[in-house]
Amino acid sequence: MAEITLDKLAHTYLSEPRSADDFALQEMNHVWRDGEAYALLGPSGCGKSTLLNIISGLLVPSHGRVLFDGRDVTALSTAERNIAQVFQFPVVYDTMTVRENLAFPLKNRGLPAAEIAERVGRVGRMIGMEGGLDRRAAGLTADAKQKISLGRGMVRDDVNALLFDEPLTVIDPHMKWELRTQLKQLHRDFGHTMIYVTHDQTEALTFADRVVVMNDGVVVQIGTPEELFERPRHTFVGYFIGSPGMNLFEARIEGARAVVAGTRFDLGRSYTTGPGRTQIGVRPEYIRLGDHGLPARVTRVEDVGRHRIVRLEMDGQELAAVVPEGRPVPDGGTHVQFVEGGVNVYEDDWRVTPDEEREAA
Amino acid sequence: MKTRNEKAWLLVLPVLILVAFSAVVPLMTVVNYSVQDTFGNNVFFWAGLEWFDEMLHSERMWNALVRQLAFSGIILAIEVPLGIFVALNMPKKGAWSSLCLVLMALPLLIPWNVVGTIWQIFGRVDIGLLGHTLDAMGIDYNYTQGFYAAWITVIAMDVWHWTSLVALLAYAGLRSIPDAYYQAARIDQASRWSVFRYIELPKMRGVLTIAILLRFMDSFKIYTEPFVLTGGGPGNATTFLSIDLVKMALGQFDLGPAAAFSLMYFLVIMVISYVFYIVMTNLDKQEGGA
Repeated sequence: MAEITLDKLAHTYLSEPRSADDFALQEMNHVWRDGEAYALLGPSGCGKSTLLNIISGLLVPSHGRVLFDGRDVTALSTAERNIAQVFQFPVVYDTMTVRENLAFPLKNRGLPAAEIAERVGRVGRMIGMEGGLDRRAAGLTADAKQKISLGRGMVRDDVNALLFDEPLTVIDPHMKWELRTQLKQLHRDFGHTMIYVTHDQTEALTFADRVVVMNDGVVVQIGTPEELFERPRHTFVGYFIGSPGMNLFEARIEGARAVVAGTRFDLGRSYTTGPGRTQIGVRPEYIRLGDHGLPARVTRVEDVGRHRIVRLEMDGQELAAVVPEGRPVPDGGTHVQFVEGGVNVYEDDWRVTPDEEREAA
Repeated sequence: MKTRNEKAWLLVLPVLILVAFSAVVPLMTVVNYSVQDTFGNNVFFWAGLEWFDEMLHSERMWNALVRQLAFSGIILAIEVPLGIFVALNMPKKGAWSSLCLVLMALPLLIPWNVVGTIWQIFGRVDIGLLGHTLDAMGIDYNYTQGFYAAWITVIAMDVWHWTSLVALLAYAGLRSIPDAYYQAARIDQASRWSVFRYIELPKMRGVLTIAILLRFMDSFKIYTEPFVLTGGGPGNATTFLSIDLVKMALGQFDLGPAAAFSLMYFLVIMVISYVFYIVMTNLDKQEGGA
C-alpha cells in the first residue's frame, strides 16, 4: 500500500508540444492518500486512462514525476512499481485453471510452493471463488474472469495499488452492481489503495471515497461524492455529475445578491467577483416550484419513477427541476425558487468561494 | 404447423450444377475408370475391385506414400516453428511492418513451376548461385544425382515457398491479441517464454490449425515444384504420390490402376485432414473448458 504523489505531472504524445492544447494531461500536483479508493471520472478522451497508465507505469510521462510513498518511481517498470491492474477486457490465461492463474504472479516471483498455495487459497476466498479453483479459466463468465484478474493482483501481499481501467464495461448489467459492491467490500476489508477509471458517474460515486473529475486533460476537482454534489468547483463537474446536471444561469453578482433574468434575489452569502463572466449554478434537486420567485413556464414532465424531472423555460433559458413523487406539478406558468445553500456562484466556469468560507480558511 | 416451400431448392440449383460439373462428374469418371480394364480401341471390361487390390499390394505405391509422408512431416516440422518464429520477430506496426508483409507475401505469389525453375537454376553447380557456392566450398552437391542433395533442395524449396503462409497466419493471430494481455503479463512478471506459452500460443491455436491443415494438404499433393526441379529423381528418390500417379496414368496410360490409386490418394488426404481437424478442435474445446 502506498501514498501516490503526482509531482508537476504532465503528458504529451507529441515530441515538440507548442501549446497547452498539445498536452493530453495538463500539469498537475496531487497527493493521493494511502489506502483510499479513488475514482477517475470523466468523458471519453479526457485523459483519465492516460493518467492511469502513467501511474501504473505502462506509460512514461513526458513531464514531472510519480512518487510512491515519497520514492520516485517515474522511470520504473510496471512490475518494479509493484502495482496490479484490472483491464477493460478480462485478461486471464486461458490454458490455466483458476488456481494456476492466481498462482502465476507468485510463481514468476519465485515464491516457495507452500506459500503460494496458502495465499492462493486465501485470495480464492476473498474473491469468492474458493469452490471453483480447479476449473479452467477460459470457460468462465466475464465477471468471474474480472475477479480472477483482480485476484492476481491481490495475491501479492505487498502490492502498492490496485488499478481498474473501466473494469465493468463487458459485465452484464445485473452483475455490475454486485461486482462493484464486492469491490467496495474488499476495499473496506483489506484497505488497498484503489484507483478506478470510469466514465459512469454512478460507478464512480458508489465506489470511491474520493472522485477525481477530469475534463480535457485537467483535473477539475478531487472530492468526496458529497462535495462534488454540493460544491462543484467547476461548471463541468456541475453538469457532468448529477442526473440531470446542474442548472446554470447567467447572473450578475452584487455582493450577497444576484440578478437573474432581471429579477434580483438574495444569495444568503456574499461573494466577491472579478470582471469575468458570472453564472449561478443550482442543482435540479434544489429548485422548488411555487407561487413566489422567478417566473417560469413548464414545458415537459418526465416521470422517472421515484421522482419527476420537470423541464422549464425561464426567460429563454432552459432549466430542470426534480419534484419528488406525491408533490403536485404545476401546469404552465409557475415560479422558481432556489433552496438556501443550494446555490453556487461561478466566474469564468470556476466556483467563487463565498466570502465567509474564505475568511474561515 | 410448419409451412414448406419447395421453391427454395431452385435457389440451390446453380450451386448443385456447378459442383456437379466441377467435382462430382470428374470424380465419378475416375471411379468409372477404376473398376474397368481396357486394351485400347475404347473397349472397356468390368474389373471390379481388382485394381484396388493390386494397388494396395503395390510396393511402388507404398514407397511413394512413405516418401510423401516423410516429405509432409519434414516440411511441417520446419515451416510451422519457423513461421511462428518469423511472425514473433516481425515489426508490430509502422512502415516496416507493411514492408515485411509485402516481402513475406512475395514467394506466395510465384507460380509453382516458376518456383521449381528458380531452384533448378539456383542449385546448378555451373551457373546457380547456391550450387556454385557449395561446390566452391568443396561440398559435393548435385541434386540431380545425390539422394540427400535432391531431398534437401526439394525441402528447402518448399520451406522458401511456403513458410510465409504460416508466418502471415501466425502474425495475424498475434496481432489480434489485445495489448492488455501483454500489460497484464508484465505486471505478473511473466518471462518471455511464459508470454509465448500462456498467451501467444493459445491465442494462435485457431490460425495455426488452419496453417497446418493447409500446409499438410498442399504438401501432400505436391507435384509441380519437384517435377520441374528433379522430375522425381534421382531414381525414384523424390517421386511423390502425385508424380507417381501422373507417370502411371499419362506415362504408362494405365488408366484403371491410376484411377484406383488416385481414389485411395484422395481418401488418405481426407482421412488425415479430418482426423487432424478433429484432434485440434477437441484440444480447443478442452482448453476452452466448455
